[in-house]
Amino acid sequence: AMDTDLSSQDRKDLDKFIKFFALKTVQVIVQARLGEKICTRSSSSPTGSDWFNLAIKDIPEVTHEAKKALAGQLPAVGRSMCVEISLKTSEGDSMELEIWCLEMNEKCDKEIKVSYTVYNRLSLLLKSLLAITRVTPAYRLSRKQGHEYVILYRIYFGEVQLSGLGEGFQTVRVGTVGTPVGTITLSCAYRINLAFMSTRQFERTPPIMGIIIDHFVDRPYPSSSPMHPCNYRAGEDNGAVYPSVEDSQEVCTTSFSTSPPSQCVFTVTKAHFQTPPPVVTDTLKVPVMGLAFSHQLSSSRLSCQPAALGVGSADMGYPVLFAGGLNAAHPHQLIGPGREGGVPLIPSQPAHGTQADQERMCTPLDGGHYSATTPSSSEDTETVSNSSEGKCGSPHDLLETIFIRKVGAFVNKPINQVTMANLDIPFAMFAPKNVELEDNDPMVNPPDSPETESPLQGSLHSEGSSGSSTGNTHDDFVMIDFKPAFSKDDILPMDLGTFYREFQNPPQLSSLSIDIGAQSMAEDLDSLPEKLAVHEKNVKEFDAFVETLQ
Amino acid sequence: PRRSRCCGPPRATPAMNCRAEVLEVSVEGRQVEEAMLAVLHTVLLHRSTGKFHYKKEGTYSIGTVGTQDVDCDFIDFAYVRVSSEELDRALRKAVGEFKDALRNSGSDGMGQISLEFYQKKKSRWPFSDECIPWELWTIKVNVVNLANEQERQICREKVGEKLCEKIINIVEVMNRHEYLPKMPTQSEVDNVFDTSLKDVQPYLYKISYQITDSLGTSVTTTMRRLIKDTLAL
Repeated sequence: AMDTDLSSQDRKDLDKFIKFFALKTVQVIVQARLGEKICTRSSSSPTGSDWFNLAIKDIPEVTHEAKKALAGQLPAVGRSMCVEISLKTSEGDSMELEIWCLEMNEKCDKEIKVSYTVYNRLSLLLKSLLAITRVTPAYRLSRKQGHEYVILYRIYFGEVQLSGLGEGFQTVRVGTVGTPVGTITLSCAYRINLAFMSTRQFERTPPIMGIIIDHFVDRPYPSSSPMHPCNYRAGEDNGAVYPSVEDSQEVCTTSFSTSPPSQCVFTVTKAHFQTPPPVVTDTLKVPVMGLAFSHQLSSSRLSCQPAALGVGSADMGYPVLFAGGLNAAHPHQLIGPGREGGVPLIPSQPAHGTQADQERMCTPLDGGHYSATTPSSSEDTETVSNSSEGKCGSPHDLLETIFIRKVGAFVNKPINQVTMANLDIPFAMFAPKNVELEDNDPMVNPPDSPETESPLQGSLHSEGSSGSSTGNTHDDFVMIDFKPAFSKDDILPMDLGTFYREFQNPPQLSSLSIDIGAQSMAEDLDSLPEKLAVHEKNVKEFDAFVETLQ
Repeated sequence: PRRSRCCGPPRATPAMNCRAEVLEVSVEGRQVEEAMLAVLHTVLLHRSTGKFHYKKEGTYSIGTVGTQDVDCDFIDFAYVRVSSEELDRALRKAVGEFKDALRNSGSDGMGQISLEFYQKKKSRWPFSDECIPWELWTIKVNVVNLANEQERQICREKVGEKLCEKIINIVEVMNRHEYLPKMPTQSEVDNVFDTSLKDVQPYLYKISYQITDSLGTSVTTTMRRLIKDTLAL
């Protein structure tokens, strides 16, 4: 009955407005959870394609998903369009964060002008949506995604389901617009029980991520099996279960591809295993970076074994570089350019992701919160400490990684056992060790590692591991006889030749031997605070002394 | 087009049908600018349209408004603003003056900044045009001093949360769909909108501020700045 009050042109317009409003709503929400800053330009001349006079880009996959969910229908009473935002960790746990609901209720505003007022109010509502999407807790989480978790979206049409949000979820209303056929309302219900998921949690330091890598080693990342059922309820109106390839489309983060599986390949293997067949996952980037990151860090922990370190880092090949290629399909990318011994290969551009928005949808690896690491920068001594930024080695080669030392007079074979980690951190042996994690970490204690000796270690001690005897002396030349002229001396009743011979091969200085040297270095370091305190006390004397010199 | 100075006696109180909203924030000194910009930009996002292009028969088309995300450096917060460098510059200038005035006041660091939307009503000579406000946003600021880095870190987060609440408040007000000036004809457009910017068209607005001295009374001279005039060199 109410339709008769509305002219058919108005009705058509209204339906169109509502349809495009729904599509733009989805775009705004999904784009706000991509993890990057959005920027569109104002244009004083109307382009004719910017709905509601707002520059909101259309990501094709998102539009496709929205249209699929709507299936030609419009939000109506009892039929709401919902965008569910959830978080999925690299371990496969997922959690619903928000449900954005576009609903219609029965309250009609007959007097309102469709083509003018309704349109402008819908525009205002979209602006409000832009503002509100930045102030719910999921925004900050989504800006930090990529390392340990990703943010996913799912669109469904029908009844709103809020049960996945946990207890005590809160609601924020974005706004309402009255129309002659009902009132459009846009709101968001969001989980507040994020206590264990606070953003600070995800900024925590390495040992946490070391645990993650354990899990990866133990259970390889789920492959093309569908996502967890709780996360992937089929939409009510379309009963299809999303096949795995389309799972990748659901993912909100950048560089998720609809391209064929071969391009989204990585493998996770144990160090000594054969390469398993490539698997496609829908959270491509996260495990890559998570693995790469924690791998580097676990190797830093491994370096805390005194025997592995030499006197100075100059003698060690450093830093640890692992050669990895992004694609198993492109093994020639294994060693990056520019450095002897290989570098972590950072993909310079997402191979995939939305075609239309390639330039805008930056990967987590460049721009924004994630610093791009180029091959040349991988040699920094900050290799370990900075790897919280998106360093990406190849997950494929991750545990098959070849440690190749840059300088290697002593190295004549690549070391692919994880205990052979050489780091350029001076005094790394004094770095805090996380003993209990190491014990459980199979990477720390791979089956046959403890007995293996580093070739470097071997070579340094080649002059006698006892370090002090002259037993290994071998003369460079044989002295037949030595009759030095003018060598007789009353003061020193010793033949010069004898003297020479006796002292030709002096024992190695104890301070130069590795263990003792290290010990004394440790003692020196320990005594430094005391010495400093003493010096500070005597500062006046020192100053006076300096005065006398001038 | 001639831009008439909107004068007439400064209005101490808003007109009868002027909607007034007050927000209060407590921030650290270095957070003042970002907090003010976040609020002002959020309001102006809702109170700006694309440029009007009038055509024959009184119809007009509207340009497109772009938006962009802004991350705050001193607050754990991000907001959306209209993509218009001119508008951003105008707001930054006003907020910068407010911040300096707060700092130089030597008082406890209390003040308020106001964003007023008005319409111009033309009067006959010799009377000057009237400015009739229809919406007034006031942000009361209390500057706090913090002792150490830990407190500052907490402040970053707390102020971020507070600003989230303010944004929600602003959006609630916007959603009421209360009085907005009628869409003007071409001859009237300058009485309703600021048409001086090249890419967007906010409603006519002015920003003013007051510094509260330690006695709680406002400083003798209420400083008013007409942003258009300051920029019009």
